[in-house]
Amino acid sequence: MSARSQFAAATGTIAALPARLIEPLMYGLQRLVGIKRMPWVFLIPNLTAVVLFALLPVFINIFYSVSGSDRLFPWDRPLIGGANYATLFDCGNYLDPSTCSRDLFWRALGNTTVFVPIQVTVMIGVALITALCLNREIRGRGFFRGIFFFPVMLSPVVVALMWQWILQRNGALNGLMGAVGLTPVNWLVFPNTAFFWSVFITVWAHMGFYTIILLAGLQAIPRDVYEAARMDSASPWRSFTKITLPLLKPVLLVVFILAVIRSVQTFDELYVLTGGGPGSATMLMVQYIYEVGFASQPRNFGLAAAASLLLGLALLIFTAIQMRISRGGAND
Amino acid sequence: MTDLGVVKTGSSIGAFITRRRGRKKLDWTDWLTYVYLLLGLVIMFTPVLWVVVSSFKTPANLTEFPPTLLPYAAETVIVEGHDAPLPLFDVTTEEGETVRLAQLRRVGINAQMIDPANPEERLTIPVENAQPVRQIYLAGENYTNLLSSTGGMIWRYVFNSLFITIVATIITLIMNSMAAFALSKYRFRGSNMALVAILATLMIPATVVLVPTYMIVAQLGLVGNLWGVILPTVATPTGVFLLRQYMLTIPDELIEAARMDHASEWRIFWRIILPLSAPALAVVAIFSILSRWNDFLLPLVVLTRRESYTLQLALASFSTEYGIRYDLLLAMTTLTALPLAFAFIFLQRYITSGIASTGIK
Amino acid sequence: MANLTLENIKKSFGVVEVIPGVDLEINDGEFVVFVGPSGCGKSTLLRMIAGLEDVSDGDIRIDSASVVNTPAADRGVAMVFQSYALYPHMTVRENLSFGLENIRMAKPEIARRVSDAAQLLQIEQLLERRPKQLSGGQRQRVAIGRAITRDPKIFLFDEPLSNLDAELRVLMRIEITKLHERLGNTMIYVTHDQIEAMTMADKIVVLRKGVIEQVGAPLDLYNNPRNIFVAGFIGSPRMNFIEGSLVRTDAGHVAFEAEGLQPLPLPDADPSLGARERVTLGVRPEDFVISREAGAGWPVAVGVAEQYGASSYLHCTLKGEIPVLIHEAGQSLAKRGDVLHIAPRGKQYHLFDADGLAIGR
Repeated sequence: MSARSQFAAATGTIAALPARLIEPLMYGLQRLVGIKRMPWVFLIPNLTAVVLFALLPVFINIFYSVSGSDRLFPWDRPLIGGANYATLFDCGNYLDPSTCSRDLFWRALGNTTVFVPIQVTVMIGVALITALCLNREIRGRGFFRGIFFFPVMLSPVVVALMWQWILQRNGALNGLMGAVGLTPVNWLVFPNTAFFWSVFITVWAHMGFYTIILLAGLQAIPRDVYEAARMDSASPWRSFTKITLPLLKPVLLVVFILAVIRSVQTFDELYVLTGGGPGSATMLMVQYIYEVGFASQPRNFGLAAAASLLLGLALLIFTAIQMRISRGGAND
Repeated sequence: MTDLGVVKTGSSIGAFITRRRGRKKLDWTDWLTYVYLLLGLVIMFTPVLWVVVSSFKTPANLTEFPPTLLPYAAETVIVEGHDAPLPLFDVTTEEGETVRLAQLRRVGINAQMIDPANPEERLTIPVENAQPVRQIYLAGENYTNLLSSTGGMIWRYVFNSLFITIVATIITLIMNSMAAFALSKYRFRGSNMALVAILATLMIPATVVLVPTYMIVAQLGLVGNLWGVILPTVATPTGVFLLRQYMLTIPDELIEAARMDHASEWRIFWRIILPLSAPALAVVAIFSILSRWNDFLLPLVVLTRRESYTLQLALASFSTEYGIRYDLLLAMTTLTALPLAFAFIFLQRYITSGIASTGIK
Repeated sequence: MANLTLENIKKSFGVVEVIPGVDLEINDGEFVVFVGPSGCGKSTLLRMIAGLEDVSDGDIRIDSASVVNTPAADRGVAMVFQSYALYPHMTVRENLSFGLENIRMAKPEIARRVSDAAQLLQIEQLLERRPKQLSGGQRQRVAIGRAITRDPKIFLFDEPLSNLDAELRVLMRIEITKLHERLGNTMIYVTHDQIEAMTMADKIVVLRKGVIEQVGAPLDLYNNPRNIFVAGFIGSPRMNFIEGSLVRTDAGHVAFEAEGLQPLPLPDADPSLGARERVTLGVRPEDFVISREAGAGWPVAVGVAEQYGASSYLHCTLKGEIPVLIHEAGQSLAKRGDVLHIAPRGKQYHLFDADGLAIGR
C-alpha cells in the first residue's frame, strides 16, 4: 500500500513537468479532431511503432528472402525468386550436412532440433518440481523462490561469462573435481560436454521464470478442491494426476509454448559462452542467421531472411498445432 | 501385504507432490524438499558468489590452480635498496627452522632471497622449501584498474546502457499506456483491429525480423545511434496488454465524472488513469528495464561504433579482447550484474507477480 | 436555476430502441424523481440529460437553449454517480477542486467554493483524506460536494443511495431533501426505490420500457394511479390485484364479481361504467375493512401474520388461491388459519380495464 502510493506520488511529480508542455498541445488536438477521434490520437504513437518495427518488417523480410545481392535497401536488391531457399536446401544428402552447399545451416538446424526438445523437457521438468516444492508449507519459501528466480534477472552475457569462468580449464569446477580425485576436463572444448553445458546453463538461467508461472498456477488451484478429493478418499497420487495436472494444464500449455519459442531463439548465452563452437557443435539457428546476415562478409541478408522466415514458419506451425491439440483436449 | 506397502509409498510420494499445508511433524518428503531446495540453492547461487569473490582476487591469485576459496594476496615487504615491494616467503631451512625471507627473483627451481632484517646477504633457496606468505586481501584495484585501463570508456558504456534503459522505459510506459487507454476506455470503430494488430506482434519473434528491423533503423539513419536500439523496442505488446487489462478494471464512471469536471481527454489520461494504473505501470516498467538493460542481439547489430556500446556489448567484446585479463573481466561482470541484483531485492514482489499474471492470462 | 425541456427524446443502441420518445417539462427549482424498474431507461435518460450519452433523436433544452450538441461539461449540470466516482488517488479537497482547476478558476475562488461546500455538507474535517479512508455516507457527501462546487443549474443524481445501508439511506434522503430546500436548484434524481421517490420528490416520473407512464406529485400518483403498472409500482407493500368482471346489481349499482366469490357492491362507482368483462380490482393493503363476522365481505384465510409491532401485515389467501396482503394497524390478533372477512373501505379501491388503464375516476 505505502509502496504503491509512494510510487504513485513519484510518478505524479515526474509527470507534472512534461504534462505542462503536452497538455495544451493535446487539448488543442482534441479541439481540432473532436472527442470521437481522440482514441486514435492516443493509439497512433504505439501503432506507428508496431507497424514500423513489427508488421512491416515481416513483409520486408519476405521480400529479402526472394531478392539477392549484399545491398541493404530493398530498392537496390534484384529479385531472384526462390534462389535463396534453393541455396539453403541445396544438399547432396540431407542426412549429411557436409554435402550441402550451406552446411552450417543444416548443422544449426540439426543442433536446434536436438537442443530444443532436450532443453524444454529439462526446463519444464525442473521448473515443475521446483514449483511443487515451493508450493509446500516450508520455511523460507520467499527466500528460496528468490534464489531460483534471480538468474532470470542476469543478462545473458553475464550468465555466459560467469559459467565460462567456472568451466574454464583452471576453473572452479575442475578445481572441485581435482579435490575429489577426478581428472579435470576441458569442458567447453569437447562437443558433447559443450552441448551439455549449453543446455544446463540456459536451463539454469531461465527456469526461474517458468517456476514462477507454474507456482502461480499451483496457487490458483483452490485448496478446497484437494480437501473435497480427500473427503472422496482419493489417494494423494490420484489427486496429483487427476486434480493438479488437469487444473494446471492451461498454465503448463502457456509455459510449454513460451519455453519452446524462447528455446528456439536461444542466442546470447551461447554466442558468448562458446561462440557456437567447438566447431559448430553449439551453433543454433539464430546464431546462423546472425552470422550469415551480419557477421560474415559479404553480408547475405537474403539468406538470413530466408532462414529466419523458415524459423518463424516452424514456430507458427508449432504454436498452431499446440493450440489445436489443447483445444481438442478441452473438448473431451 | 505387498499391496499395503505400495499404497504407503504411493501415498507418500503423492503427499510430496500435492500437499500444500503440511502436518506439524516433518516426514521424509519434507526432508526431500529441503534437500532439493538446498541443492538448488548451491547450484543457483554459488556460481554468482564465486564470480563476485573471484572479482576481488589479484591476477596472480586468479591464475592459481586449484583455485583458492577466498581472495588471497602475497604479503610483501619494502626492503631498502629495492624499489618494488618484495613478496614474503616462509622458508624451511636445512636445519628445519622456519624463517621469513623476501624473494628477489626466481631462477629455475631456486629463488634468490634476502632477509629483510639483513638486506645485504643474498640466499639461494630451492623453491620447494619456500611457502608464500599470504593473507586475505580484497583486490579492489580490479575495479579501479577497469576504469583506468578502458580509459574512462566504461563510463560511456554505463551511460549508454542507462540512457537506453531509462529513455526506452519512459517511452514504453507512456506509449503503451496511451494505447491501452484508447483500447480500454473508448468504444470506436477499428479498436478491435488495432488491438489484434498489436497483440499479433507477440507471435513475431524479434530475431525473425532482425534483418528488416536493421534495415529500417539504417533507413532512419540510426545505425550506431542509441535511438536505433530504443525505437524498435518501445511498442511492447505485453505492455499494452497488461495495462489494458488493468485499465478495464478502472470504473468508467470516473472518466465520466472527470469529463463533467471539464477535464480534457489528455487530462483524464494523465491525471486520472495514469496514477490509478501505477501497479500495472510498475510491472511494465520492471519488464522494460530488465529487457532493455540485458538486451544483446539488437544492440549487437545496430550499435556498431565502440562509443555507442552498451555494457553488455562491451562485456562481450572484453571477453575476447581481455581474454587473459580475468581480473578486469570479472570486475566488469560483477558491475554489470549488480544494478539488477539490487533492483531485484527491492522489487521481487512486483516482478514475480507481474510474471505470474502475464503467464496465466 | 433552470427549466429543462425534453422534446421527443429517443435513444437506441444499434437496433434496440431503449427510449422510443419522451416529452417532459421540468420547472425551475423542482425536485424530480425518475423511478421505474431496472432497465426502464431512467438512467439512460439521465445520462442523456448529463451529456454522457448521445441523443438519437429529439431535443434537450436548458433554459430554452438546446444542449444536445453541447459537451457534458458545458451544460451547466452536475452529476452524482451511483458509485460516487470519487478520484481514489486524490484527497477530498483535490476531488472537490479538480473540476474548478480544469476551467482555470482563480485559486482563492476555488478555495472559497470548496470550503463553502465542505461547510454545507459538514465534511470540513475530511478534506485532507482520501476516499478510501471515508465511510459510505461520507463518500456520498463528498460526491454531492463535488457537484455543489461546480455551482450547476441542475443537479443530477444517479441512484446515489443504492450503495448505502438502510439506516444511512434514510438519513441521506432527508439530507438531500434539506439540501434541495437550501440550494433551491433544479434536481433530477433517478432511483428504482419508490420510497425514495415518494419521500423526496416534488414530481415523480414513472418510467417503464423507456415510456413515461405517469407524471405527478407523489400522493397524486399514490391516490390516482393512471394505470395498473403505476398502481403496482408506487406504494409499498404493493397494491392487491384481483381479476374479475363488473356487473350491475338489481339496485342499479355496480358490483365487482370474481370467480367463486360473492359479488362485491361498489356503491360509489361511476354508474356509467356498466357491466364489463375482464376488469381488475386494486385495493391497497391498508384500505381493507376487516371483520371477523361472516357476511361482511370476502372470506380470506390467514397464512402468515407478520407482526411489526406498530402494525401488522397479514398474508392471506382468497378463494381461488389469490394472495391478498392486508395491513392492520397495531398488533393483530389474527393467527394462521383464521378466517377474516374483508371489503374495500369506502371509495378506497381502483378499477382497471383490460388494457390496464384506470377507469371510473
